[in-house]
Amino acid sequence: MANIIVVTSGKGGVGKTTSSAAISSALAMRGHKTAVIDFDIGLRNLDLIMGCERRVVYDFVNVINGDATLKQALVKDKRLPNLFILPASQTRDKDALTLEGVERVIDELSKTFDYIVCDSPAGIEAGAMMAMHFADHAIIVTNPEVSSVRDSDRILGILASKTKRAIDGRSPIKEHLLLTRYDPERVMKGDMLSVDDVQDILAIPLIGIIPESASVLKASNTGTPVVLDDNSDAGIAYQDAIARFLGEERPMRFVNAERKGILRRLFSKNKEGMTA
Amino acid sequence: MSIFGYLRKRNEPSASIAKERLQIIISHERAQRNTPDYLPKLQEEILAVIAKYIPIDRDQVVVSLDRANGNSAVLELNITMPEEALATTEEPKEKANA
Repeated sequence: MANIIVVTSGKGGVGKTTSSAAISSALAMRGHKTAVIDFDIGLRNLDLIMGCERRVVYDFVNVINGDATLKQALVKDKRLPNLFILPASQTRDKDALTLEGVERVIDELSKTFDYIVCDSPAGIEAGAMMAMHFADHAIIVTNPEVSSVRDSDRILGILASKTKRAIDGRSPIKEHLLLTRYDPERVMKGDMLSVDDVQDILAIPLIGIIPESASVLKASNTGTPVVLDDNSDAGIAYQDAIARFLGEERPMRFVNAERKGILRRLFSKNKEGMTA
Repeated sequence: MSIFGYLRKRNEPSASIAKERLQIIISHERAQRNTPDYLPKLQEEILAVIAKYIPIDRDQVVVSLDRANGNSAVLELNITMPEEALATTEEPKEKANA
């Protein structure tokens, strides 16, 4: 039986797709056979972030409707042999996903995969509800910002009441907090919620802090999940997060701003001035 | 606001204001989260029945469902009776003429 992970947040633009790409890649890097499903029907984007957009032939809805087999629709990752992507459909039909259809696909994937990562769309509409419905684990992607934290709390409520595990009365979905776009310098200045603040409010275990980083945009520009970049702080932070998810103990990094010497301070100021 | 209050307000980091606001709104929303979907409608209908007899405001009726230990729950109905309503029961005719 596969472990089903939903990557969700409620709010849009917090980094769900970036995180889904990174999480599924990190699992595959560690030798786990992983499938990642894009649930954002009509707004397919995971394929772009994973760099396989030109190899998409069939999609999730084609499989549900029986127009293609799962094997035909799964796109094999070019870099990681254990990683497969099931792209979202670009249909505008709101009811393209059915709970029975999603269950059939997940059941079939469960037979051969170790992990199934469900990339949820934003909001609490049908697509988001279905992405979380069959989950065993939920990774809640949150920015240190009021609207994101509030929406994450709302999602936690829905996870605890509307998902299959909740309805069947089984043990609840395991929740994991992933704090993204974290800027330790602004936290130190008191202009951004700290990791402790967010944890105080949401009260779920933290699996990682992803620092705000230029490498995330660079990675999506080239269609390479940021976790593959060993030189990137965000990439390393995602590797750490998945190690923790799998039960390893790793100290949190990027919590505190690095102390800059006066020379570096001057230097970075100059650099900013030049780019402005 | 005094000048000291003004200065203190300005110096308070925005992150702590954010945290405070979040704690308040989230605890409020969590309290509402576990209530059944029919509760607002129930409140509306109870209000309509009461309004037939007593002139009453919307916010004077509070319906809440508290989960007690185990399998039971307590449906609490809290109605603040307006003073005029009590007065009319004592002297209905005078009130009607007024």
